[in-house]
Amino acid sequence: MNIPEDLLYAKTHEWLRLSGASATIGITDHAQHELTDVVYVELPAVGTHVAAGQQICVVESVKAASDIYSPASGTVESVNDALTSDPALLNTDPYGKGWIFTLRLDADADLSALKQPAAYAQELAGH
Amino acid sequence: MDTAPKRTPLAPVHESLGARMIDFGGWWMPVHYQGILEEHRAVRTQAGLFDISHMGEIFVTGPDAEVWLNRMLTNNVVQLENGQGQYTLLLNERGGVIDDLLCYRLEQDHYLLLVNASKIEEDFLWLQSYASPGVAVNNQSDLWAGLALQGPEAEAIVRALLGPEVSLPTRNQIISLGIPNGPILLARTGYTGEDGFEWFCPAQTAPIWWEKLLEAGRPLGLLPCGLGARDTLRLEAGFTLNGSDLSPEHTPLEAGLSSFVKLDKGDFIGRTSLAAQRDSGLTRRLVALVMEGKTPPPRPHYPVYNGDSLVGETCSGSLSPTLGLGIAMAYLPPTLCAPGTRVDLEIRGRRFPAIVSKRPLYRRQPNA
Repeated sequence: MNIPEDLLYAKTHEWLRLSGASATIGITDHAQHELTDVVYVELPAVGTHVAAGQQICVVESVKAASDIYSPASGTVESVNDALTSDPALLNTDPYGKGWIFTLRLDADADLSALKQPAAYAQELAGH
Repeated sequence: MDTAPKRTPLAPVHESLGARMIDFGGWWMPVHYQGILEEHRAVRTQAGLFDISHMGEIFVTGPDAEVWLNRMLTNNVVQLENGQGQYTLLLNERGGVIDDLLCYRLEQDHYLLLVNASKIEEDFLWLQSYASPGVAVNNQSDLWAGLALQGPEAEAIVRALLGPEVSLPTRNQIISLGIPNGPILLARTGYTGEDGFEWFCPAQTAPIWWEKLLEAGRPLGLLPCGLGARDTLRLEAGFTLNGSDLSPEHTPLEAGLSSFVKLDKGDFIGRTSLAAQRDSGLTRRLVALVMEGKTPPPRPHYPVYNGDSLVGETCSGSLSPTLGLGIAMAYLPPTLCAPGTRVDLEIRGRRFPAIVSKRPLYRRQPNA
């Protein structure tokens, strides 16, 4: 499993890339592997405010619909429209072209519950 | 309900291939190996190999077997020649579906019923409850394994394994092969909408045949396939799934299966109710739906609307890999059943348009 060093990870298998007061969010390589062929992504609406751990959008494989949870609290700033026409980007490039949305983090956003790459790798190993 | 799912003789093989396994109606079965889309495509363009060992084999023998089966089942057993099979249904007295199955006449007084995995016990107990002196009913499901080889290359693969001179069954025929690791019952049927075979062998030989078939098929693009692709393939091909599209609350007339119900063959269980339903008219019918444009894939139990009125719910649904659109089946009032009728599916609180379409949604090109 690919677990990039520069990201933070939620126990529900989303990743978060911090850049200043904003963060980019997607699902991990492990998550896309578990989901298998992604055929539909229901993107969040720009401007939506979410709490950490709150369901924010839905990713569908041929077999099932899966909820995606926001790893941090904030307001949805932008969404990856490319996923509408090419949902399989979640499978082929989960940490790159398969990003899902960006958040403007709340001033008091708490990222301490998110895992460092080594801890996330350990969690997957114990799977 | 905490009992561990039953394992087919091929479960260790699936696990060693890295299949995603699930409890499917009490059976530990592969959903997919590489991915549903890839496996679906393999069956439509080349070939796929499925473990169908979970399905049940019930043998019915004896001098009265033909007459007795004709009272138990909806299709006309009398029409079967030796070595021929037919799709048929087992109904309750109200005409509701207990199971849908294939009935093969192996010899004059010797029949094989191939039944759904989750219904083996129920079917067997039901049949036994109508026991008759001239008929023996034997559930041999644990003794047999089944492999389904499906796709345009299926015949070439069987020939590669058995030799070019072997005489193969034609559509709906079944033959017995006396070969090492046999006997094999080889039927020309399937649940995918493609040409193909169902290969029944003694349970302990299943891993040998799985390996031999995969090896013979590898140069022709054969892939092992799981229940995920089996479901998308059957849904495109318009085949009903018992437990989803069929149930004791639905009759075969409502499900669009009247060509497998011979109301004029003489009495059979459920006939009186079906004849009454035919005469009074149907209040709902099973139709295929195709979503308009890009939508979330339909799933079972999504509400179906006509304008503002709730008119039904989906019983099956998926993305159709072949069409690239969502497809579903639903029971709708007759006024909404004409192909081309527009309805709406509600998915997570939003409405998406769907068009009532003729079943099957996919039909293979006949061989040249």
